[in-house]
Amino acid sequence: MTDRLLDVENLRVSFDTRTGTIEAVRGISFTLGRERLGIVGESGSGKSMTGRAVLKLIRPPGRVEADRLAFGDTDILHASDREMRALRGRHISMVMQDPKFSLNPVMTVGAQMVEALRVHERISGAKAQARALEMLEEVAIREPERVLRLYPHEVSGGMGQRIMIAMMLLPQPEVLIADEPTSALDVSVQLQVLDIMDKLVRDRGMGLMFISHDLNLVAKFCDRIIIMYAGRIVETCKASELHKAQHPYTLGLLNAVPDLEHPRERLDVLVRDPAWRAAPSVSARQ
Amino acid sequence: MLTYLLRRLILVLPVAFGVSVICFLLVQIAPGDPLTAIMPVDATAEEQSAMRAAYGLDKPLPVQYAIWIGNLVQGDMGKSIATGRPVAAEVFGAVQNSLLLAVSAAVIAFPIGIFLGFLAGYFRDIWIDRAVTAVSIAGVSVPNYWLGIVLVIIFSVNLGWLPSMGAGPGGSSEWQWNWLHMRHLILPAVTLAVVPIGIVARTVRALAGDILTQDFVQALYAKGMSRADVLRHVARNAAATALSVMGLQLGYLLGGSILIETVFNWPGSGFLLSNAIFQRDLPLLQGTILVLALFFVAMNLIVDVAQAAIDPRIQRT
Repeated sequence: MTDRLLDVENLRVSFDTRTGTIEAVRGISFTLGRERLGIVGESGSGKSMTGRAVLKLIRPPGRVEADRLAFGDTDILHASDREMRALRGRHISMVMQDPKFSLNPVMTVGAQMVEALRVHERISGAKAQARALEMLEEVAIREPERVLRLYPHEVSGGMGQRIMIAMMLLPQPEVLIADEPTSALDVSVQLQVLDIMDKLVRDRGMGLMFISHDLNLVAKFCDRIIIMYAGRIVETCKASELHKAQHPYTLGLLNAVPDLEHPRERLDVLVRDPAWRAAPSVSARQ
Repeated sequence: MLTYLLRRLILVLPVAFGVSVICFLLVQIAPGDPLTAIMPVDATAEEQSAMRAAYGLDKPLPVQYAIWIGNLVQGDMGKSIATGRPVAAEVFGAVQNSLLLAVSAAVIAFPIGIFLGFLAGYFRDIWIDRAVTAVSIAGVSVPNYWLGIVLVIIFSVNLGWLPSMGAGPGGSSEWQWNWLHMRHLILPAVTLAVVPIGIVARTVRALAGDILTQDFVQALYAKGMSRADVLRHVARNAAATALSVMGLQLGYLLGGSILIETVFNWPGSGFLLSNAIFQRDLPLLQGTILVLALFFVAMNLIVDVAQAAIDPRIQRT
């Protein structure tokens, strides 16, 4: 397999409703290698839909269309249900926003982790349990034996998200889609969870799609950033060159964030220009 | 879990006591003198008071209650005023028949209701959902005694396939496990099943629909699980609530089948109850209500314990 894990060309996600078709994602293209790619945008910009479309987890009446949507050599767009099941979790996995709601509340953490592994591998329950234990240790959970027996409502948010990350990385996928993985967590544990995720993703040479509305956080943790607005990519740039961003929307986002070292009396209010909806994207690299 | 069970069992005692007081008092509040029903119209005042004394009805109410409850805990529920037979024998025979009917209706209703509910919850807002909703609203709304009569007209009168009355051939009330008797069970059980089908279907539809929109379902799909696997998870989440609804429904089926038992002449507790009411048969009335009420209390206990056993979010201490 090449280093190009995901290849997305002209991806569109639309919902047919009685009052017309709503286009959540309107023709975006990007690739993901063994890197950390941040996708930033405001609510409704289509960033989460992009993440879900890659796993074909858009529920009807939503439709996913693209010129190309591929994982390595596997065509996701035309994959059957069975092929998608083999892909999900095993090759491309996803961590969602709130760990409180992303674990089955009536099953123990251990049972859910073991299950995540046994969907894809024919191994004994005891072996799966041992792997789950190892994985919990990797996400810095103390007393993993005890945690395996806990129910989701018995763990804290930060711990829950680390459990989610451990569970989703258990079958050793190549790509992780993290959809606002820290938005529901206390600020005090956000960085810890991110550090753990970052380390695991780098150690394994995985590709990470980090979906967030927090531009600074993404700039700190990612190699490349895609900025989305109204279902389109308005700008792509290297995280290290975010300050060179050109698109007025990106600049607007940057100016709306307070800076501790250069405090300002009033922060800029984001002004959205309807023309951005149709304008081609810019790239700071060229 | 054991402490939870013990605590719940102890909590049942005051409830049972309250139930017995209410059963006793309700019957006293009801108008009508039981003696007028059994005494000849020309009975003298002395004869009446002698009869009153014989049944203990001349004593103050608290004393009557004390005597009743005292006998009750020894298994003696008194004698029926109308028939003179022991109330316990009458009630338990009838409750057995009612239980048979209620459980049969539940065996028909619950699987159908669960299946329809899941179907509607999974295919929410498309025609399958609408069809199930229509069926369940119809099931809850149609008066079941009317439905019973219609079924009798179709299957007993016109087609002649099934008997319309009693629990056995020749109006026998002794149940036996053979086809001759089971034929009698079919129509009343089906009629009785219609309401709980609707209620269970709607409950399960709401539960399944709600659970399916939760994030963890997406997470399950993201793990690579199949629809069947996901539905298994959903069922596990819905089980606790669905079970409690079904347990209460079983209680209603037992106590609330008076109309159906009357339509089909089924020798059950509802039938016994309506006879006891019309004959002002106080001991029989008290006994029947008490047994039904205690059954309901027991059902609640079982439901609570089962719920705690299934759902880890419920406090078990």
